Amino acid sequence: MSARALRWAVADGWTLTGRALAHWRRRPGQIAVGLLFPVMVVLMMGYLFGGQMDVPGGGSYRAFIVPGMFALTMAFGVEETFVRVAGDAARGVTDRFRTMPMSPSAAVVGRAAADMIYAVAGLAVMAACGVLIGWRVEGGAARALAGFGLLLLLRFSLVWTGVYLGLTAKGPESVVAVQILVWPIGFLSSALVAPSTMPGWLGAVAEWNPMSSTVTACRELFGAPAAGDSWAAQHSVLMAVVWPLVIAAVFVPLSVRRYRAMGR
Amino acid sequence: MAEPRSAVVAEGLRKRYGDTEALAGLDLRVPAGTVHGLLGPNGAGKTTAVRVLTTLARPDGGRAWVAGHDVVREAGEVRRRIGLVGQHAAVDEVLGGRQNLVMFGRLYHLGAREARRRADELLERFRLTDAAGRPAGEYSGGVRRRLDLAASMILAPPVLFLDEPTTGLDPRGRNEVWDAVRALVDGGTTVLLTTQYLEEADRLASGISVIDRGRVIAEGTPDQLRGRLGGDRIEVVLDDPGALAEAAAVIGRVAAGEVDVDADALRVGAPVTGRAAALTAAVRALDEAGVEVADIGLRRPTLDEVFLHLTERKEVPA
Repeated sequence: MSARALRWAVADGWTLTGRALAHWRRRPGQIAVGLLFPVMVVLMMGYLFGGQMDVPGGGSYRAFIVPGMFALTMAFGVEETFVRVAGDAARGVTDRFRTMPMSPSAAVVGRAAADMIYAVAGLAVMAACGVLIGWRVEGGAARALAGFGLLLLLRFSLVWTGVYLGLTAKGPESVVAVQILVWPIGFLSSALVAPSTMPGWLGAVAEWNPMSSTVTACRELFGAPAAGDSWAAQHSVLMAVVWPLVIAAVFVPLSVRRYRAMGR
Repeated sequence: MAEPRSAVVAEGLRKRYGDTEALAGLDLRVPAGTVHGLLGPNGAGKTTAVRVLTTLARPDGGRAWVAGHDVVREAGEVRRRIGLVGQHAAVDEVLGGRQNLVMFGRLYHLGAREARRRADELLERFRLTDAAGRPAGEYSGGVRRRLDLAASMILAPPVLFLDEPTTGLDPRGRNEVWDAVRALVDGGTTVLLTTQYLEEADRLASGISVIDRGRVIAEGTPDQLRGRLGGDRIEVVLDDPGALAEAAAVIGRVAAGEVDVDADALRVGAPVTGRAAALTAAVRALDEAGVEVADIGLRRPTLDEVFLHLTERKEVPA
């Protein structure tokens, strides 16, 4: 890629990031609902179910689920990516972009940047909520930042899952199908309950769920470890880097191929 | 470049989707500065032709040039010189009209100030100034389509593609779009327009290519295409269904071509030559045959008739 092409890829990508930011300014209510939804889940789980929950190694259940909810927020983000990408494709906006002399990567670059900004905002809101209900960072600032870095890495890899699904789907209405996919995958992890309390085989699946790696690594880095006995749980920080790379390695080429196939 | 004065040239374009041959050797030549209509039924290949010419789809065979550049080898050059208004109003529905135009201007690589200036200019030209601040999703169909057109005109491209621009619009919205297209052509833009509405092609286009099953089956001005049906037509409307056969036989003797009988409308029609003489002869012959006539007259064929004739999808003759 020439320097000129690279410059336009960044500039055009930024223009489309600005488009997403303008959406938020126009629809602040929708954004607020989106950011507060995970908070509601945490409060519901923490105060409704929390009384019956035993946390492995002790500690409060509410503090236990905060890192889990960080990761779930990242996973729910797939829906946002999906709806935007599928909406543009269904409404002819993607085709319009493709007939314009703009950088071909801009649509995805802009989407990814906007989604990452939104993810940071989501984590900030969740962290504030967590502090209010008793969650604390106890491993030092550097380790905490590393934890948030792993969460954003997970979100970044899921941007590509969302892009691929969005380009494959018939329209944004199919988001229901994505939700049906995301929710079980999200809950079948160490996010809200310890896999050790699940039936054996289910617990094993949960331990190896990429979500669990990020959650377990975060608990470790935030200073309240609650790892299971599996190899994946014992090496959660490593796996929290490996899994997103694997997801990206699968969905980046798929997305690029899908985008190119639009020209056939 | 095939010919300097043609804004769009296609030679033997082929494109296959699975078992469907969407384009089966399409040839097309659109003189610069004209409106050309691409007319055909659903599935004739109109949209595929536009997708190939606007670089959205690669042809399997054949070549095409738009504004002098090859649509495959010089896609980037082509994109700088075209605008496309597709079947969807492809604008951001959350953003306002002005925000949309500024965003597209930036994506066309105008500077920030230039993009804003151009947006204001286009808002005024397409009479969108009042709607500029409202989200485009709240616009009526015609207004949204005008915004779509404005977005396609940001670089004032020499060639504009309109793929069924008025499908789904009410008559008012349709008129709004037609007015906007006429204004563009007055400014020198070449327009290639696909449509299922013959009225639309008749009103806007100076040249028409009728396409069916992926290739051009007739070409010419609207008048020339009418001429292929034998010019004027005589039409007789009856009161008594029993007289249809007799009337058809009589008209057949004065007609210059095939007689069409519409049993439901009790109507017999046929092409004729020599307007007044044919009418007089028909009236006299019908009178002699004792056929009672509710209405009789001469008229020019509609493009619908030309179209049905050419695509051989006539309503079942009685």
